[in-house]
Amino acid sequence: MSDVATLITREAVIAETSGETVGARRRQPRRPTEESPTIRWTLIGVAVALLVVFLLLPLVAVFAEALRRGLDPVIDALTDPDGLAAIKLTLLVAAISVPANLVFGVAAAWAVAKYEFKGKAFLITLIDLPFSVSPVVAGLVYVLLYSTSHGWFGPVLNGLGLQVIFAVPGIVLATIFVTFPFVARELIPLMEEQGTTDEEAALSLGAGGFRTFWMVTLPNVKWALLYGVLLCNARAMGEFGAVSVVSGHIRGLTNTMPLHVEILYNEYEFVAAFAVASVLALLALVTLGLKSLLEWRYGDELAAGRRH
Amino acid sequence: MSARFVQPSVIPGFRLALGFTVFYLAVIVLIPLAALIWRASDLGLPAITSLALEPRTLAALQLSFVTSFLAALFNVPFGLLVAWVLVRYRFPGRRLLDATIDLPFALPTAVAGIALTALYAPNGWIGQLFAAAGIKIAFTPVGVWLALVFVSLPFIVRTVQPVLDDLDREVEEASATLGAGRLRTVAKVILPALLPAILTGFALAFARSVGEYGSVIFIAGNIPYVSEIAPLLIVIKLEEYDYAGATAVATIMLAVSFAMLLMINLVQSWSRRRFGRV
Repeated sequence: MSDVATLITREAVIAETSGETVGARRRQPRRPTEESPTIRWTLIGVAVALLVVFLLLPLVAVFAEALRRGLDPVIDALTDPDGLAAIKLTLLVAAISVPANLVFGVAAAWAVAKYEFKGKAFLITLIDLPFSVSPVVAGLVYVLLYSTSHGWFGPVLNGLGLQVIFAVPGIVLATIFVTFPFVARELIPLMEEQGTTDEEAALSLGAGGFRTFWMVTLPNVKWALLYGVLLCNARAMGEFGAVSVVSGHIRGLTNTMPLHVEILYNEYEFVAAFAVASVLALLALVTLGLKSLLEWRYGDELAAGRRH
Repeated sequence: MSARFVQPSVIPGFRLALGFTVFYLAVIVLIPLAALIWRASDLGLPAITSLALEPRTLAALQLSFVTSFLAALFNVPFGLLVAWVLVRYRFPGRRLLDATIDLPFALPTAVAGIALTALYAPNGWIGQLFAAAGIKIAFTPVGVWLALVFVSLPFIVRTVQPVLDDLDREVEEASATLGAGRLRTVAKVILPALLPAILTGFALAFARSVGEYGSVIFIAGNIPYVSEIAPLLIVIKLEEYDYAGATAVATIMLAVSFAMLLMINLVQSWSRRRFGRV
């Protein structure tokens, strides 16, 4: 606490103990860097009200619309063959794209954080690039490359009999693109903060490179890694725009859960659409819960910007 | 500064790590984006300009840029208020509120889209209140704006919050002892220090909004010339096998993304010189 504040509090205590305040309990004098309680509670009230209307109400609406006719239609929508296929495809896509970006994130963070080389800042900018590209543009660029009719590699793919666009590989690629920076951007600032002394100690004690990474570096960043994977996974399972462009919306084959939501909604199957949506909303809630837990419990072991 | 590319280090694996990083970056991000730029240069600037100036495309680009700008603008005071309340005040439920801020990041955009539509449609919880007053929200540009406010709010809060948290309380005390009222201190001492974070947050929010697709297309109603956004137009053109048209719109959007990225980097280097931090 600052000196001025201590002084003021002390005066207040002296005033109180010397019996200056007879009767009603004396109010703590307001510090000059604080707002009056009226203003404070008004600001809190306005912020909470706005957040409830803008953020929470949409979330509540998802569950309310899904359960409008009870639980049975929800279960029907989720056990429907197309619904099940969508759930399976979403899990498959996440199971490929998350580990791929995890390996990339670790490699990128190792190169960027443990060494000094030219063009490093530029490399970091490039790694963050996918976040500033529209998901639809992300989908489009893969169509321009891999479409069998119009793509650059179209003739080659035709020759090999491979289909990327309107098939699972395209969905995986588009998902990897939009979730590209998640793990790297959690690890890079943290590993830069941690420096190289731990690794140098391990190496000087005779550990090999891989062992140093496995026994020293990885334990140091494990919570940040988990944090990045969590965010990466949420986006991978929920991505809509990029996947929508490359998927072709073939029911039971190239339909992920978010795309299935769209199809059901456009067919006026509102309850079914909100049923699938509520599963995705639950995933978002679990992600937020775990993320907050990591921030509170292991805040010190996350990158500086993540400590609350 | 040595002339070599990498400073010597005892830590092994530089070549492997950097090699893999650059390879993966090239395959996933750089080559695909280069393909788009290549296509665009095949078309040439005059063709892109004339495609972009087609009335329907122009209307879509205008709608996207104007609603994104207004959404980011609305989120500046909104985000500042939320960041202020979260950092400066202690009240029951603060942590829960803090966790809620990231909801738009975590909630899949399609889910947000249909939820917002259900809320603001003329028969929805909020929509019927406005419908009674004769105001239509869903299926108009107001609906587009609303969805963009939802998706871009966290950007302002999350960029301002850590800076506000680090702000030295002593400067505020100095300002108070010099006779400044609370409002004056906030306006003349705190806000200028937050300016780089606000600008960065604004640019991030704007960039995200311009490219946003999932949360907008349901509530927008997608009426050509009225509530059709630029990313949707790319999808429509692709479905019509109009690859040139799609490429033209995408190129303009990519250029805006790069401009935003450049602006963020400039703001941050300016802030580092001016305040010694980002």
